[in-house]
Amino acid sequence: MKSVLPILMRKEITQFRRNKVLPRLVVMMPIMLVLIMPLVTQMDIKNISVVVLDEDRSLLSTRIENHLANSDYFRMPESAYDYNQAVELMDQGRVDLIVSIPAHFERDMRNGHGKPISLTANAVNATKGGQGIQYATQTIISAVTEIAQESGLTGAAGLTASAVSQRSDLITVQNRYNPTSNYRHFMLPALMIMVLLLVCTFLPLLNIMTEKEHGTIEQINVTPVSRWEFILAKLIPYWLLALVMIGFAMLLAWAVYGLVPAGNPLQIFLGAFLFSLCMSGFSVTIANISNTMQQAIFVLFFFVIQFMLLSGLFTPICSMPAWAQVLTYAFPPRYVINIFRSVYLKGTLLSELWFDYTMLTLLSAAFYTLATFTYKKQN
Amino acid sequence: MEKTPIISVRDLTKQFGSFTAVDNISFDVYRGEIFGFLGANGAGKTTAMRMLCGLSFPTAGTGTVVGFDVRTESELIKRHIGYMSQRFSLYEDLTVAENMELYGGIYGMNTTDIRARVNELLDRLHFADHQHDLVGSLPLGWKQKLAFMVATIHRPELVFLDEPTGGVDPITRRQFWDLIRTTAQEGTTIFVTTHYMDEAEYCDRITMMVDGTIRALDTPANLRRRFADTLHRPYDDMTMEQVFYHLAREAKRGE
Repeated sequence: MKSVLPILMRKEITQFRRNKVLPRLVVMMPIMLVLIMPLVTQMDIKNISVVVLDEDRSLLSTRIENHLANSDYFRMPESAYDYNQAVELMDQGRVDLIVSIPAHFERDMRNGHGKPISLTANAVNATKGGQGIQYATQTIISAVTEIAQESGLTGAAGLTASAVSQRSDLITVQNRYNPTSNYRHFMLPALMIMVLLLVCTFLPLLNIMTEKEHGTIEQINVTPVSRWEFILAKLIPYWLLALVMIGFAMLLAWAVYGLVPAGNPLQIFLGAFLFSLCMSGFSVTIANISNTMQQAIFVLFFFVIQFMLLSGLFTPICSMPAWAQVLTYAFPPRYVINIFRSVYLKGTLLSELWFDYTMLTLLSAAFYTLATFTYKKQN
Repeated sequence: MEKTPIISVRDLTKQFGSFTAVDNISFDVYRGEIFGFLGANGAGKTTAMRMLCGLSFPTAGTGTVVGFDVRTESELIKRHIGYMSQRFSLYEDLTVAENMELYGGIYGMNTTDIRARVNELLDRLHFADHQHDLVGSLPLGWKQKLAFMVATIHRPELVFLDEPTGGVDPITRRQFWDLIRTTAQEGTTIFVTTHYMDEAEYCDRITMMVDGTIRALDTPANLRRRFADTLHRPYDDMTMEQVFYHLAREAKRGE
């Protein structure tokens, strides 16, 4: 008997085309991801509300205050007479950072001793607090260096100046592969996997569960169509669609941000394809064991959330606890995100990423084995 | 008429945990007949039918359908049968013609064959004008007739109909049975479940299922005669409905 795959695929494509929402969503998704998501997933902290308590009122302290005021990171909507009032403002959540410059700071610094500037940060949001202190330190140091160079300050200020230059050395090293340290360039390639998650995980699940709930799958189960013909006819169009959407997202990233992969774009497509394979196998398994749409969606969400948080998309894997790092090896997004970022930013070669490609292939095989065991035409 | 069995079942049983849905049923269905499978809701009709179609494994017992074993050769059975489930199960977002072409293709018919058969069936339904309508937009009666046509598109030897006239108006039911008779005359054996007792009269032979077992199996006329004797009632007054009440009274299972 000739293969029924083309017949079934035509049915899937007709149904997809006739859907009122899905084709539009498919176009919207990459646009949203490329244009909007990089802006909102920005990890740089901005708009830190700072209050400066200047008891020195010297050239130096004024310069420090100006530098803070002119920085993108800080704003100064509040002012305070003394430390107690400033802390009160912080209690009310109106101030994130207090910079207090002690009296005679400039004079004492010339002599190489005296009280240091104190920084007090609201660490309720630990990232904001930590980053605030870091930015403020840098800003103050650059102000001090400036004054030191202008007036030939010696002693402690001279030391500070050399500390600054050391710091900038450090920053240059950290920013290799992403010279402008642009957060977008780091996030965009990783965000592209969202397209794959939507098209190759959610859509197949919804598709199979709809057939289950409408009873149409039972009608197919009394025909000679094999279970894999039926499932493949659904998955193949989604795989192709996923690759087209990734291509579209890459074009957008180039057109809007000028971001192009440093390596071979085909490696991106290979990674995208393996990941699609993997996730659709996972989604078929969940569809097989679920009785209702509600249950299936809930189970899928449960896993997808773990996948995303343990993927290195938002937080680096190397800073996770050891047990969590081990867990990430079982989850497919880790590999594809690594592939996308490496190929995009570093131009890493296929041979160097063999581990990630192999793991995606192995996980695909594992998920399809599970899917085969859980699919029953007869029960 | 020579009687060769197309379905032959011995001691077929299906258990779900401690619940026995179908309890040791044995019967034969002969080629060319319209075989009615009657019983109250929950009597086990659908479960029995699902085992014969290869949708469900029997817990015990043996059976052959179109010459193949229901336990081991269910995929071979599926090439020779048609099935219309209790729930409407065509694709609502495909048109009438697309649904028919899809199933024609699934059963391996070639394109010219499919086209000819689709036209033939649409003419029979007087439905050619609506072939490009989405199935979801049709009224229930039409959907049911269409589902039956789709189930027989590949001219199967045997077609299973699970409560095909549920929720359908009397006129459409009458038309539906005309379609069933036409199909039977073309040589397709019909296995139909129903709980409309008037429909039993359209069948060549019927079984009455009560609590998972077969309580009676005969032609409708013979059953009426037998129960007229048992109940000491005149034969002319005896209806299938009374036969059913008498048998179903013993049922332990509620709805």
